Amino acid sequence: MNHDHGHDHPHEPVTTAGEPPAAARVRALEELLVEKGVLGREEIRARIDWLVSRTPADGARLVARAWVDEAFKARLLDDARAAALELDLDPGPSPVVVALENTEAVHHMVVCTLCSCYPKALLGPPPDWYKSLPYRSRAVSDPRGVLREFGLDLGADIELLVVDSTADIRYLVVPRRPAGTERLDEEALARLVTRDSMIGVAQPAPAD
Amino acid sequence: MSFATGDAVRVSARAHAGHHRTPGYLKGRRGTIERVHAGFTNPETRAYGDDGTPARRLYLVSFDQPEVWPAYQGSPRDRLLADVFEHWLEADA
Repeated sequence: MNHDHGHDHPHEPVTTAGEPPAAARVRALEELLVEKGVLGREEIRARIDWLVSRTPADGARLVARAWVDEAFKARLLDDARAAALELDLDPGPSPVVVALENTEAVHHMVVCTLCSCYPKALLGPPPDWYKSLPYRSRAVSDPRGVLREFGLDLGADIELLVVDSTADIRYLVVPRRPAGTERLDEEALARLVTRDSMIGVAQPAPAD
Repeated sequence: MSFATGDAVRVSARAHAGHHRTPGYLKGRRGTIERVHAGFTNPETRAYGDDGTPARRLYLVSFDQPEVWPAYQGSPRDRLLADVFEHWLEADA
């Protein structure tokens, strides 16, 4: 045993060497913000805790309710923030959340070409691909090609609307209710509503 | 100037040194106002420590894909929607 900290496999000392440049930059920025009194460490910790506590299950509850309750769906499409509060969900700090309904004629997908704007409060942290340059550039210029790579071959008769969330509004897709789910209750329906279907790069999971 | 749903607009093609939220690929493109949002503080001044007031009106603008990408491969009915601040929009005669 070549260390004295109580386990018997060898390894290099743990250091920050090899840290990616972006991580080092973020750490330096964080140190500066704290040092200058712009942010407190507790505040940063609280925001990270909030972010990792969010999951797509909240967005799925909104969608499942909309599938079973037409009046709720109308309220969701009118003001998704108010609809989230109605279900005791946290819609997050964005002043406006817009829900976009997919139908047999129209399919929506969401991207943020400038950075990675995403309805984090209702969907949790965005997947890495959502923040990647290839998705951010190709989702606007070749969206049907991107959808095919996600396994979704959209018919030519369907109008594809790509929403680039460039500013303060956060967008959430309300996917189509899958066929054969007439007997499922709201809770079972919510389990079919995947994160990707609320970004608009997939359909919901099929009913078993 | 302010716009209403259905108005024909063009995104200003001007350059802007510094932070702004108007994507380069939409500059100079013609579109239609799809939705009129509320006013929001201006990210161009907020990025440099200002409070961003006065608030600027934000619009969801709809663009035909072939208008944005002349070589667009999908259906010609496909559209691109993006939020654009009022001071980046011009009336398109």
